[in-house]
Amino acid sequence: MKTVTLTLTNPPKLLLEGQNITPDNFAGKNTAEIATLDLWEGKQKIPLGKHFTVAGDGGATAAETKIVLRGDCTRVKRIGQQMTAGEIVIEGNADMYIGGWMQGGKIHVKGNVDSFCGIGMEGGELIVDGNAGCHLGSSPRGEWRGMKGGLIRVAGNVGSDTATFINGGTIIIGGDADIHVSTHGEGGTVVIKGDAKGRVGGQMVKGDIYVYGTIENPLPGFSMVGEVEQEVDGETALFAHHIGDLGERHPVSRGKTVYANLYTRL
Amino acid sequence: MPKKVENVGCPYCGVCCDDLVVTVSDDGKQILEVENACAIGNQIFHHATGSERIRLPRLRQPDGTYKDISYEEAVDYAAKVLYNAKKPLIYGFGSTNCEGMAAAAKVAEKAGAVLDNCASICHGSSFLAIFDNGYPSCTLGETKNRADVIVYWGANPAHAHPRHMSRYSIFPRGFFTGKGHMSRKIIVIDPRHTDTAQVADIYLQVKQGHDYELFDAFRAVVRGHEIPDVVAGIKREQIVEVANILKKARFGTIFYGMGLCHSDGRNHNVDIAISLTRDLNDYTKWTIMAMRGHYNITGPGAVWSWQYGYPYCLDLTKKDIAHMNPGETSSIDLAMRDEVDAFINIGTDAGAHFPIDAVKHLRKHPWITIDPNINMASEISDLHIPVGIVGVEVPGIVYRMDNVPIQYRKVIDPPEGVISDEELFERIYRRLSELEADEAVKEHAKAAPEGVRAGE
Amino acid sequence: MSELIIRNGFVFDPLQGIRGDRMDIGIKDGKIVETSTLSAPRTIDAAGMTVMAGGVDIHSHVVGPKVNVGRLFRPEDKLFKSPHKSPTCSRMEMGSSVPSTFKTGYDYARMGYVFVNEAAMPPLHSPHVHEEIRDTPIIDNAAMPVFGNNWFTLEYLKNNEIENNAAYTAWLLRATRGFGIKVVNPGGSEAWGWGLNCVHIHDPVPYFDIAPAEIVKGLIETNEFLGLPHSVHLHCNNLGNPGNYTDTLDSLRLAEGYAPKNDFGRKQVMHVTHLQFHAYGGDSWGNVGARSKDIMDYVNAHDNITVDMGQVTLDETTTMTADGPFEHHLRAQNNLKWANVDVELETAAGVVPYIYSPKVKANTIQWAVGLELALLAKDPMRIFLTTDHPNAGPFTRYPRVIAWLMSRAARDATMKTFKWLDRTIDATSIDGIDRELDLYEIAQMTRAGPARALGLTHMYGGLAPGMDADVAVYALNPGDMPSDPAAIENAFSRCALLVKDGVVTVRDGEVVTEPAKRTIWVDVKVPENTQVQRDIYEHFLRHYSVKLDNYSLFEEHLHNSRVIEVDTTQ
Repeated sequence: MKTVTLTLTNPPKLLLEGQNITPDNFAGKNTAEIATLDLWEGKQKIPLGKHFTVAGDGGATAAETKIVLRGDCTRVKRIGQQMTAGEIVIEGNADMYIGGWMQGGKIHVKGNVDSFCGIGMEGGELIVDGNAGCHLGSSPRGEWRGMKGGLIRVAGNVGSDTATFINGGTIIIGGDADIHVSTHGEGGTVVIKGDAKGRVGGQMVKGDIYVYGTIENPLPGFSMVGEVEQEVDGETALFAHHIGDLGERHPVSRGKTVYANLYTRL
Repeated sequence: MPKKVENVGCPYCGVCCDDLVVTVSDDGKQILEVENACAIGNQIFHHATGSERIRLPRLRQPDGTYKDISYEEAVDYAAKVLYNAKKPLIYGFGSTNCEGMAAAAKVAEKAGAVLDNCASICHGSSFLAIFDNGYPSCTLGETKNRADVIVYWGANPAHAHPRHMSRYSIFPRGFFTGKGHMSRKIIVIDPRHTDTAQVADIYLQVKQGHDYELFDAFRAVVRGHEIPDVVAGIKREQIVEVANILKKARFGTIFYGMGLCHSDGRNHNVDIAISLTRDLNDYTKWTIMAMRGHYNITGPGAVWSWQYGYPYCLDLTKKDIAHMNPGETSSIDLAMRDEVDAFINIGTDAGAHFPIDAVKHLRKHPWITIDPNINMASEISDLHIPVGIVGVEVPGIVYRMDNVPIQYRKVIDPPEGVISDEELFERIYRRLSELEADEAVKEHAKAAPEGVRAGE
Repeated sequence: MSELIIRNGFVFDPLQGIRGDRMDIGIKDGKIVETSTLSAPRTIDAAGMTVMAGGVDIHSHVVGPKVNVGRLFRPEDKLFKSPHKSPTCSRMEMGSSVPSTFKTGYDYARMGYVFVNEAAMPPLHSPHVHEEIRDTPIIDNAAMPVFGNNWFTLEYLKNNEIENNAAYTAWLLRATRGFGIKVVNPGGSEAWGWGLNCVHIHDPVPYFDIAPAEIVKGLIETNEFLGLPHSVHLHCNNLGNPGNYTDTLDSLRLAEGYAPKNDFGRKQVMHVTHLQFHAYGGDSWGNVGARSKDIMDYVNAHDNITVDMGQVTLDETTTMTADGPFEHHLRAQNNLKWANVDVELETAAGVVPYIYSPKVKANTIQWAVGLELALLAKDPMRIFLTTDHPNAGPFTRYPRVIAWLMSRAARDATMKTFKWLDRTIDATSIDGIDRELDLYEIAQMTRAGPARALGLTHMYGGLAPGMDADVAVYALNPGDMPSDPAAIENAFSRCALLVKDGVVTVRDGEVVTEPAKRTIWVDVKVPENTQVQRDIYEHFLRHYSVKLDNYSLFEEHLHNSRVIEVDTTQ
């Protein structure tokens, strides 16, 4: 594994779009070549080296490339977008779309991220030590095939619209979640270790949600069916089991209707 | 002899009444009388000739005052602002015709701008719901001719769309609805007992911000499931009663307004309303419609969809591919994040409608207002370019709230010398093309445009 | 005076019976001329290449409200799927299954097409249709207003008032600047106003006391009474359902006894569109099978009928049709987002995304049905290449459809990707068909045939002197056709040259200029009919939501008009 360190020494006036900052794009390139990759600030195309100091060469493949970002990347979007392998470590905050449409590899953000992170994710791991904004692990606009796989772990709180149209994969939130979790979901798992504000599992067809804390406004379309013991994220606990959204359509498998499951910790 | 112009479209709200009769003075310079319009529509016509109009573009001076300049100078200024900015924003279009919107898109594409319309702060959340869940709808004449159940949810047409109920929904006698109001059941759902609620057969006072839960309950009941005793402040018995009315309707329409798209959850409230409409079509015929605000705010969604595939929040900064993601490319979000460095406010009043922090960020950069009238935006702009009033002085196509195109007429000429939005944008486009073509000018253009910014 | 000569190409012009002869094509002032009349023409060398007239598409959904709903409500049809703008084009090209107007014009031009007939215009929305036509570059457009569920039509035909219906039809064609009579799920879309449908041609239309069969026959009589360039253009009842081939045969038989009456060289009285969707046997998706042979046996034996394919291309696409009940039915099958627009007094429409997959048996059977129709056809002048864009697939797949038609190897290669190949073969006859169409037959199916069926052979579809100078050159040598079908597909995807109205528009597959496009419409002169005028006045007074005077397209919203005049008063 080779490491490329990018230090944001010349922050943008407005923003930067960094979709080229992926192990896939850095692989097989040396320091100088990486510095010529394009970034965008609005309509202006700028070489990466104008904003970042680049140290180190990329590995032979994406899987052998690690990228470390230093400096305040609060206004750098799209880092790790569509990456398939390798590793990215962001030492501080980052902006929108971090790990968007990610297929493999690992991103570790030590600060906070903004909205649309892990959007359309298919695989890999996105770890955020701080908070995340809205639309975490959600689907892009109009796309009914949302998150398909991979793991998103946010230690802090998340905004609204987490995991819309989720189809697979796992999202684990250490803190609280704002309204709308797994709306229109058809698979996958969302774990909220703190409280949820409401609209948990609305219009949900299939999939699982775990809430450890309280749900301020539970939906009328979920109905409790019993108590179950489940192992979640390495620990076993007792949960109240609800099925829903009873207002939504549900598939029938082997003569039995399949509902979405909402487990609230007892 | 005064002249009567008939079948005039009204440039006020999304109802797009096209039955106005406007009487114009002999010399064609004065609007004397407006028939059939509501009070607000009436005022728009009278305002055109009854008040002092701006006739020339006005550029901000060092002392903070405006100075009249020529259209040519204004076009040059606007083109250079767009050309020099890294990420300009062109926003508005609530009050212009589709021809103007098409011309503006050409400019935005050439300039690499973000192009957005008032839906961004209005029914944009409806678009998000439509992206995710579709839109089973109809034209307003269908509702008039067939509907026996009408639902107004989070909408108050009695104030916002004054002739909506009489032209299309509650009162008119249509082909299969010969008894008019008598043949229809009216359901109003709103946290406030509005004037619209006064004409309802059934009024449900939903707990503010809990529409989604109420929709979920309706959907569960329609599918035969149990629900809690009270949902969103409404008793189970009432929910069951209304659900049965919905299921037994011959033809129903849900009209919804800002109550859904601007309370918590926004697009999701609309989304689940669409889901309920879908469900009800398994039993009978149901349609749903957004109560779009301005007379042609449906227009940019139509025009830009056929030009780019996106109705609003278009990031055209890459010049070769369009990107849309409301929440990121929406005007308020861009302004709040301070992500744009030039602003054109056209056919709306961002000065009045945007949050103050958004306005403060935008004010740091060049701000151009294109509008027939003085408004809050024009008062804080660096440049104000007057244009003719669409529907009064400029004809063109507009889209009614049900996406039906209505051909608007002009009833009088604009004030002498005043041009249309379309012509203005065509001229800005030509100037932009010149700037782009001319390398020498390009260098010059990178200097600040003439005119000095107003003090805060 | 602009003069061009396209030298030494292998020319295929079925309208003149030219079968790949090495010829020169002369062009002067936007028209084809005898080469002898040229004085100093610019020369374009087409040696070793195939020369045809510009392509003519008889049925495609490219402009108008439901197409735009398809664009609007599918942002995911653009994300990562749109090409970057070509530096030689003036506008961006967004979209995939439902392209923007600009992309539509550019892509058709790149394939060598010059004329596209919008398959369904809701009359109330005609100003919208014409706005989109304005923004669709290069290609000429016509648009057919829909009549099959129109209240005027239903009322006149219920009483067998053909003359009144003809007067109304003439009025509506003029009001909308429309081209011909489109019929979609006759009666069924009106029934959809109540959430119902007319599945069979003798099902009564609620309230109107008429059945689809009478609507179709009445409209054929109306069409021939008026002598329009095109015939009735029918989307049959019961689209897309297993076992529907009997309904289709019933619909086809409605044309029996009618002969064409027109001055435009049209030979049919009924064009039945996207026939693929109407040729299924069985009674469920479990046992659905191809009935293409039954259908084509009938079509082959009746020369007053033309058809188009509606070929499934096995892509993710967006279905859209004025057949409102069908789209509602489809959304219950795939549970995807559903848009619906019922249009007062006139029609309905629905839009649902759909994924045709080689892994789904029903879809691979549909693919086979479409190709069987074309391969079983005896007269390629009466069956046309379409995908019912975007319903069975985007029009940008025409080149692939051509490759399937021209090459058994291409079909075999595609069939190898089928998950249910054996069952598909069992349920269809595609595996037993070895026929490979030649370039002449392709020219029949893509330009000469559709132009004749549309009544436009005086302008489009051929290369005779006097016709529009619309010429497509493809990098294919008929004497040395590539063995790799991908090469055929590539050649038809990006033509080597397109001359549109005498202007070199595409070169080496790239759009190089964007000449003004035109709107083709039909203006029929009929005797004054006070009854119809009164009916129009009454319906607008009481039932429409717009004023009569604002309904007819204003002249300023018609762009580059090219009117075809028909006079019934002589």
